[in-house]
Amino acid sequence: MSTTGKILTGIWTAGAIVAAFLWLPPAQGFRSPEAARIVVFHVPCAILTFVAFLVNAAYSWLYLRSRHPLTDAKANAAAELGMLFAVLATVTGSLFAMEQWGSAWNWDPRETSIVMLMLVYAAYFVLRGAVEEKSKRARLSAAYALLAFPAMVFLIWILPRIVESLHPTNTLFSRSGLDASYRITLWSFFAGLLAVFVWMFRLRLQVELAEARLRQQYHRDAIAEATLAGEIQ
Amino acid sequence: MNRSSSWVHEALAVFAKDWLLELRTRVALGAVVLFAVTSVVASGFALAPPSGVPAEVKAALLWVVVFFAAVAGLSRVFVMEEETRTADSLRLAVSPVGVFVGKLAFNTVLMWGLCVVTVPLYLLLLEVPVRSASLFLTVVMLGSTALACATTAVGAIVAKATTRGALFGVLSFPVALPPLLVAIHGTKAAWLSEGAWRVATGDLQVLLGFILVIVPASLLVFEHIWSE
Repeated sequence: MSTTGKILTGIWTAGAIVAAFLWLPPAQGFRSPEAARIVVFHVPCAILTFVAFLVNAAYSWLYLRSRHPLTDAKANAAAELGMLFAVLATVTGSLFAMEQWGSAWNWDPRETSIVMLMLVYAAYFVLRGAVEEKSKRARLSAAYALLAFPAMVFLIWILPRIVESLHPTNTLFSRSGLDASYRITLWSFFAGLLAVFVWMFRLRLQVELAEARLRQQYHRDAIAEATLAGEIQ
Repeated sequence: MNRSSSWVHEALAVFAKDWLLELRTRVALGAVVLFAVTSVVASGFALAPPSGVPAEVKAALLWVVVFFAAVAGLSRVFVMEEETRTADSLRLAVSPVGVFVGKLAFNTVLMWGLCVVTVPLYLLLLEVPVRSASLFLTVVMLGSTALACATTAVGAIVAKATTRGALFGVLSFPVALPPLLVAIHGTKAAWLSEGAWRVATGDLQVLLGFILVIVPASLLVFEHIWSE
């Protein structure tokens, strides 16, 4: 990402945050109208969690077809970011639930599904930790991510239709759902956060590449040293 | 022999071979059934009337017992191949589809066996009133099949990992959770509701749908897990 892009992302996201606190009117109809503005941060985090999950599944699928190590690194980076945004979405949601319903946790289907998503990620990281060999690790974790995918689809799209939910459905895209000022701020923040997501994703890959380069350098040095030692003898 | 029938034959051969080996040692069977019986007896001891524990709790507990008993034994079919170093010759002899379907059938039958032992014992010890026996049987059948379908490919992954330990439980849980939740819901309906079949129609559909989705998904990725 270019420097201009980074600066623009910073200004844009900061603007959305300021707008959420200063420009948005308090939302009437909630127990504490001031607290309701958290929705502007909560919903983008939740959406990004699922975006990250999709990106992870897509790269896992691509990895199994191409067997390219960088594709595996991308799948892993997406999972790590997904975990981060899942935590953010859960914390912001719990804060609001505490204000609105007096309890931080209600086993609402969406709460259940995000906990399960975090469990999937946690299991994914445990699996990656449990396999030493790199290509095998990549292969097995990609297979696991693709196995967990249909299970998550069931939890996210089918379970909420069976059990009652505290979360509103269909407010994001319908005209009557959200006040226009809320809709604008929410999607602006989402755009900013998406840019941050892409930025972090690339940073993570750079770290991965730097590690690989270091390891290569290390091996090269070790080989050079060994050859040198052999020549001296 | 054409291709479609060849994998059926292969799967049947794998299934027969695995049961033959299992009946010689009874490792998976012993682990699964003993775990289940122990936990059913323990919960019966604590929760039998007049403890006043509601049937909702008992429905959840039944599936918790079944799930963890399954975790104790279902990875065995693949771990065994790695431990006895027979995986390579199996790879040479049989196509991946044949292996997967055979192992899946083995695990499914193992789950049914587990339920045949556990469920009557559970009903007896915990004195649960079952309103609709036919629905309950259907839920148990579909639920245990769905659990076997969800965890068989995970077992194959675990067998390849260097440290196996508790990995199977950790990895199975997220994948097995949807059928588990729905089976608990359906069991509650079969035990408590008037017109239980109507209440549980959605649950049965979800269980069936889950099986129909997770088996092809497992087949798709299994080739990559199984072949080195």
